[in-house]
Amino acid sequence: MSSLLKITDLHVSVANTQILRGVNMEIRQGEIHALMGPNGSGKSTLAYALAGHPNYSVTSGTIEIDGVNITELAADERARKGMFLAFQYPVVIPGVKVADFIRHAISNVRNPDRKEGEGLVPMREYRKEIRAKMGELDMDPEFARRYLNDGFSGGEKKRMEILQMAMLQPKFAILDETDSGLDSDAVRVVSEGLAKLAGPEMGVLIITHHERLLEFNPPQYTHVMLGGRIVETGDAALAQDLHAKGYAAIRERHPDAAADNAKAEKEAAAV
Amino acid sequence: MSTDAPVRAEVEIGDYQYGFHDSTDNYEFKSRKGLDAEIVGQISEMKKEPAWMRDFRLKSLEIFESRPMPDWGGDMSDLDFNNIFYYMKAAKEQGRSWDEVPDDIRKTYDRLGIPEAEKKYLAGVKAQYESEVVYGSLQEDLAKQGVLFTDTDSALRDHPEIFREHFATIIPPEDNKFAALNSAVWSGGSFIYVPPGVNIEFPLQAYFRINSENMGQFERTLIIVDEGASAHYVEGCTAPTYSSDSLHSAVVEIVVKKGGRFRYTTIQNWSNNVYNLVTKRAMAYQDSLMEWVDGNLGSRLTMKYPAIWLMEPGARGETLSIAFAGDSQHQDAGAKMVHCAPNTSSRIISKSISKDGGRSSYRGLVKVEDGASQCKSNVVCDALILDPDSKSDTYPYIEVEEQEVAIEHEASVSKIAEEQLFYLMSRGLTEAEASAMIVTGFIEPLVKELPMEYAVEMNRLIELQMEGSVG
Repeated sequence: MSSLLKITDLHVSVANTQILRGVNMEIRQGEIHALMGPNGSGKSTLAYALAGHPNYSVTSGTIEIDGVNITELAADERARKGMFLAFQYPVVIPGVKVADFIRHAISNVRNPDRKEGEGLVPMREYRKEIRAKMGELDMDPEFARRYLNDGFSGGEKKRMEILQMAMLQPKFAILDETDSGLDSDAVRVVSEGLAKLAGPEMGVLIITHHERLLEFNPPQYTHVMLGGRIVETGDAALAQDLHAKGYAAIRERHPDAAADNAKAEKEAAAV
Repeated sequence: MSTDAPVRAEVEIGDYQYGFHDSTDNYEFKSRKGLDAEIVGQISEMKKEPAWMRDFRLKSLEIFESRPMPDWGGDMSDLDFNNIFYYMKAAKEQGRSWDEVPDDIRKTYDRLGIPEAEKKYLAGVKAQYESEVVYGSLQEDLAKQGVLFTDTDSALRDHPEIFREHFATIIPPEDNKFAALNSAVWSGGSFIYVPPGVNIEFPLQAYFRINSENMGQFERTLIIVDEGASAHYVEGCTAPTYSSDSLHSAVVEIVVKKGGRFRYTTIQNWSNNVYNLVTKRAMAYQDSLMEWVDGNLGSRLTMKYPAIWLMEPGARGETLSIAFAGDSQHQDAGAKMVHCAPNTSSRIISKSISKDGGRSSYRGLVKVEDGASQCKSNVVCDALILDPDSKSDTYPYIEVEEQEVAIEHEASVSKIAEEQLFYLMSRGLTEAEASAMIVTGFIEPLVKELPMEYAVEMNRLIELQMEGSVG
């Protein structure tokens, strides 16, 4: 029985501005979903709301994993339930070694009942495992000794996100790749890394414009977001179509959503 | 330091806050309270010191009495000099029983996973004598190389020439009021002499000293590193160290001769009733390297500014300082670098953290004397303030009398960034664990310079401090 991430009529606001206006989506382990849409549609907001960022308020609707409502849970509790967000711009944590950080993370995620101060996963086994994973992902072992994201290039930061995903083995991985300006190395790292990791145990939501990312990881479902809601769902062909032709047709078919989106884009530009 | 039961009573010895009982059985000798020439004389007599030392003590007492209290730094209004026992000589089997050790301190030791014997030592339950067996062979090794490593009292007695040659030459009693106090009533401390060309690979620890009292109130340490020699000395520990003595005023004097290298590492975590006022200074000669690694975690008030005087060309000095101020604590710490010769360089890295209303200050001096051209100095001082009640101050003093020098000073103040917290929490760390990790990362430049066991303990201590303190 594969796990189900169910998003029902989700409304989210940030700093008192309504962004998501009733998102509905179901993702099963083993499925790859793509989420596309023009700027201002609310794609990143959905990602952060799912991960539990404190600034994103759910004003109505629910997020459930296997029927358990996680809408009120803090970010760390969601991680323990199998949620993972690969960030667009991973933040720097100075002085914290990659290896130490990941060891602590997996200690909590693999043992959700672990209390603060209790033992971490044993060092010997951990070392073996992370070395093996880094080998599979073609990563220099030196990487593990560096400080988390400190002085990392764009590609290295993505590698770091992929490594975390490989070690944490989330049930549901959300990849926020909304930045179309990202360097090609970074995109390649994510594309290839994800292809290695995706499988029947992982439900993936890729939020992106990047063709290559979707080429390497063809989605079973493509959702189009406009004005804070999902207006259409199709398969991989829809993604290709949008790449080729843009969002004009979508806007025509959904004028209300298009209006909301235009408003949001204007507001974003004014900030 | 225990955060759940801060001790904020007036400084009063004899009023043992945790219910210790001061039975005279425990002490061979105890001076009466207060400080005067008679008491100073008694101290010297008890120790059977030569006349010159007795006279030195008495002169220092006069200096102490003539000096005003400093009008800067921390608040010492509760400090009553007349209400302190200045000299106590513990009986051989110095014993508090383990049961008398405060509960929260025992719990902290358990959480930190400190070995049994060490726990007892830290709590003042057992004296050092057991270590004779463990460290005896180490002492033999050192002796073979001509290294002298003993307590200061014994050094005065057994190595009078070399002792007298250097004693009080780096920090004379006139230097400041508390140096004068220490000079009058000093007892215990380490004496180290490393002969020319000898390199001691492993860190020497106060723990190794198998005679005399450790953790004394008025320790006096004297270290001489001869030409081309090198060593590393470590004292203190990260675990909370209970002391019923509320005034600790130590003096540390160090000489590093030509081509020598020396590092002095201190981690103090005194209980919350302690005023920790320390004068530490090293003189670094030609082409030598002197390093202070200074960790201040405990005490009610610490005032400490490890100094390096760069006396001859090629001398280098480096100080890594970290101060952690929690509830009811004030860490006024920093460093001093005095360039007395050309082509000298210095570096100060200060990391301070304040939380729960604590106050953490950096107070530092970089001085370049006239004639000390072509000098370089770099100061980085970073402060992390963990909540709105806590404070951090910076008092940097830069005095430069030369034109051709490169002096840099960078300072930053930050709090834990929301985005950093969210990132770590989204990987399963609780908010407290994430905060602890960020704080640990903040002090990493210092922690990586510590011997392994200290580093592990330090990190665990930070986790403990951060636990359950969020919200």
